[in-house]
Amino acid sequence: MSMNENTNQNTIVEAIPERMSGNEAVAYAIRQVNPDVMPAFPITPSTEIPQMVSTYISNGQLDTEFIPVESEHSAMSAAIGAEAAGARTMTATSSAGLALMWEELLLAASNRLPIALTLVNRTLSGPININCDHSDGMGARDTGWIQIYAENNQEAYDNYIQAFRIAEHKDVRLPIMICQDGFITSHAVQNLYLLPDEAVKDFVGTYEPEEYLLKPHQPMALGPYSETDYVMEAKKNQLDAMNRSRQVILDVADEFAQMSGRSYGFFEEYRTDDADYIMLLMGSAAGTAKDAVDELREAGIKAGVIKLRVFRPFPEKELAKALSGCKACAILDRCESYNGNSGVLGSEVTAGLYRAGVQIRTLNRIYGLGGRDFTVDSAKSVFEELTNWMDGGEEPLQNEYIGLRR
Amino acid sequence: MRTDITNINKQTPYTGLTEALEVYAGGTSVHFNTGDWRNNTPVYHADKCRQCLLCAPCCPDSSIPVTDGKRAGFDYDHCKGCGICAEVCPFDAMEMKAGNEV
Ligand code: SF4
Ligand code: SF4
Repeated sequence: MSMNENTNQNTIVEAIPERMSGNEAVAYAIRQVNPDVMPAFPITPSTEIPQMVSTYISNGQLDTEFIPVESEHSAMSAAIGAEAAGARTMTATSSAGLALMWEELLLAASNRLPIALTLVNRTLSGPININCDHSDGMGARDTGWIQIYAENNQEAYDNYIQAFRIAEHKDVRLPIMICQDGFITSHAVQNLYLLPDEAVKDFVGTYEPEEYLLKPHQPMALGPYSETDYVMEAKKNQLDAMNRSRQVILDVADEFAQMSGRSYGFFEEYRTDDADYIMLLMGSAAGTAKDAVDELREAGIKAGVIKLRVFRPFPEKELAKALSGCKACAILDRCESYNGNSGVLGSEVTAGLYRAGVQIRTLNRIYGLGGRDFTVDSAKSVFEELTNWMDGGEEPLQNEYIGLRR
Repeated sequence: MRTDITNINKQTPYTGLTEALEVYAGGTSVHFNTGDWRNNTPVYHADKCRQCLLCAPCCPDSSIPVTDGKRAGFDYDHCKGCGICAEVCPFDAMEMKAGNEV
């Protein structure tokens, strides 16, 4: 988990060096964005975020209306109400908290409400466990939310600052999840560069929705019962908005790069230019995989990493293109989807490759469930499976667990 | 842009719908003829009615219009035939008959 390689000191705005945990970094970003409303209910490992926001409010550093609700179901319901009324709204949660929001997640999306949810990824029990994997976020993959994942604290901070510009864009108007790995990112303190308050304020701008429930003398109803004759048309409009968000995500990232010197896209390619073997994964483990790649490169093995940042909308065409030059790709999922074949990324990336006619070999692996360590050696063992396979060895079994006791 | 939703119907292509199916006006339920669903139909006997107006506020669909302090017949476009009005009338000035015919 190194600092962003592309951090550039010659940025337009001042880069303020700091050290913070991922939760602190997001709470700091929330203070800078100063949203209108935050309904939230505490759950490990995201609890610190509402706690720190409440402290900012108590200290008079933030005038966000904090609503201490009695459950996550109520947190998302209140967020929907506040956003529909015309207020810039955000919340934070993890794991079972996200699961309790489920029904409302779909309503937030179908009502086209650009709520920003900071998700601190934790396994979705059971067995009951509080540590990191992606089963909460992956479980919510079909709810219609934009989902962006971070490798480290810097990215969690930077992604959060870009979130509102993406979600609130008139071509998009969809809710957005800004995800970071529980404990690994949320609680580990790392160096990062913060932006000055004024720069963030200017970048994010004020929220001026065209239509909202409290618009004077302009009555409006939201979320009407929709008969069979309208549901498919409404869904198609929602899908089109998700597809339009692709360009908006890239445009906002460009503008962010001009301000901060830090560039982002749908995914990061690390030493993939001439790579024969690529590992594709999301979140903090990408930093570990990069270290493994550095060691393998020393040993003359052409290895690389693709770290997926934007999971929804899914950049299947861009990924297929980025993978088209390699011999084999290991697709690593930090969640189980019980199809007996692969995790979510395994299925979606492979489908994208097939559609694009890219006939490379892929190997699906499951790692890090319930916070299980994923080490440089773990990553190297997967690359070794790829090299053995391509050197004429047998095809390894698919969908195996990394680091399983046998 | 605030679309006039009275121009939207079951033939409107998806691009013609409002985002999130937002409804840009108040009181639009009047455009929806809930009377289509009616299985039972209330009948008004003006000769028995004392104009006490107990019935009008009890109707869940505002289907007993009151003009100048007096009720007349029903708004059958919206009356769903629930029978509450006939039940609350102290003077048996309404009765329910089967079917949706007026
Ligand atoms: S409750 Fe009966 S008597 Fe009273 S206004 Fe209605 S119909 Fe007439
Ligand atoms: S039958 Fe029900 S809906 Fe119809 S007028 Fe009476 S109370 Fe209203």
